[in-house]
This record gives sequence, structure tokens and C-alpha cells, in this order.
Amino acid sequence: MKLERIIHSLDAVVITKFMSDGDEIEWACATDLMSEVLYYSKDSSVLITGLTKQQAIRTADIADIRVVVFTRGKEPDTPTIELANEKRITLLITPYSMFTACGRLYEAGLRCCPE
Amino acid sequence: MHIKDTIEGSFHIVGGDFSRAGEASTEIKSILQSLGFNKEIVRRAAIATFEAEMNIIIYTTAGILRYEITPERIKIIAQDMGPGIEDIELAMQEGYSTAPDWVREMGWGSGMGLPNMKKNSDEFRIDSVVGEGTTVEMVIYLDNTKD
Repeated sequence: MKLERIIHSLDAVVITKFMSDGDEIEWACATDLMSEVLYYSKDSSVLITGLTKQQAIRTADIADIRVVVFTRGKEPDTPTIELANEKRITLLITPYSMFTACGRLYEAGLRCCPE
Repeated sequence: MHIKDTIEGSFHIVGGDFSRAGEASTEIKSILQSLGFNKEIVRRAAIATFEAEMNIIIYTTAGILRYEITPERIKIIAQDMGPGIEDIELAMQEGYSTAPDWVREMGWGSGMGLPNMKKNSDEFRIDSVVGEGTTVEMVIYLDNTKD
């Protein structure tokens, strides 16, 4: 799925952006548990999480995930945004809950990382 | 790029310091990337190293993260001065965790750390003495395929 479609489906606010709208995201990983991200995710995934802390960005970077979405409109603190900039992670905020955000992306055709 | 000699180094990790959590692993990942290793090998090594680093930060007062890269393999050794693990078999079970609530609020402590280290390693060893500390040794083979 193109990044542009993810942004549109989630009515997301773009906080940092290091990809073009046409770049493809293959899979989605949705969790607040960072070890689950490391265990189950694939690269070229989007991480959807309610954990709006530096740890989410750090974990995404280690796992080669280039797009992170924070749910429920939760705004990250400055160090988290700075880390996203440093690691060139595209960071989005969606007003939707985790459940709704996942539902909207699923409806648009995105699927969970295969185990 | 071919490695002829052994490349090694270490990082001191301070327990409880979440603000710097992951910096050592990120640096090791950068070193592996700069050596031109296969992307999947770098990812596996980075994930295993990050989980080991997080365990030192979460459970111990301090520890050392060492890396050793030879033409054949990447070796990561995480040695801590923590409380040790009473029952290693239990600790290796997915979902088993002794992490306190504040750690869970930071997104960690779901009981997947040790299983994840093992999953991403070709060789995995863990030694622990209660009251003294734990040493985890992980080896990832290089298949000499480069990106």
C-alpha cells in the first residue's frame, strides 16, 4: 500500500516524513509491546502503536520499519520527534483508536505481517 | 567488503537508563551495515542485540555488551551484574516475565526477550548465577552474501 493511502485512510497528521507518497508499505504490525514488534514484524511494515515514546521509534529503527503511526491523537514529546528525525522514520498521528485504525487499513487492503 | 581480521568492541550499559536504551544496539547495527552484510543478517543481529541490551537496562544495575565480528560470524555477548535467573527454562518460555509494571508501561516486559534472542541466533547460550549475574552469548553465521 502506498504511504499516501495510509495517511489518507487514517486521516493522519504527518509529524516527520522521509518517504515519498508513492513508496510502498507491504505489511502492518499493531501492538504496544516492543518485543512483539521485534518478534513478529517484517521490514517494509508500518508500526501502529499507542506507545508514544522514544522506545517505539528505537524499536522501529532496529527492525527496519520506516513508518510509525501513533493512535488516539496522542502527541509525542520532543525527544521522540527528534529521534524520528535522526533515524529518518516517518511519523504519523491518527485520531483513531488502535482498533479503528487497524480496521481502516485492513479495509483499504493492508494485511498483518505474516508469522 | 571482506573482513580479514576480527573486529571487536564493547559498550557499558547502565541499568534503568531508558533515555539511552538501544543506543549501543543501534551503533552495532550501523557497524554491521557499514561492513556491507546481508540486510536480513544485520536485522537479526540488531534485534538479538537490542533485546539483550534491554534486559540489562530493565533487570540489572549494569552490564557490558560486547561484539566480535570475524569472516565467519557475528558474536554478541551480554554480561550483567544483575540478580540472575532462578529458572532459565521458565524464563525461556514465551510470555513468561518478571518485569514490574513500570517496565510494561514502557512497552517492554512481555516475556518475549529471551525467546527472541534465541530465534534470531544460530547459536544461543545463557549462563546465570542467582545473586551474581547472567551472561548471554549469541552467534549469527555470515553466509558471505552481501547486498
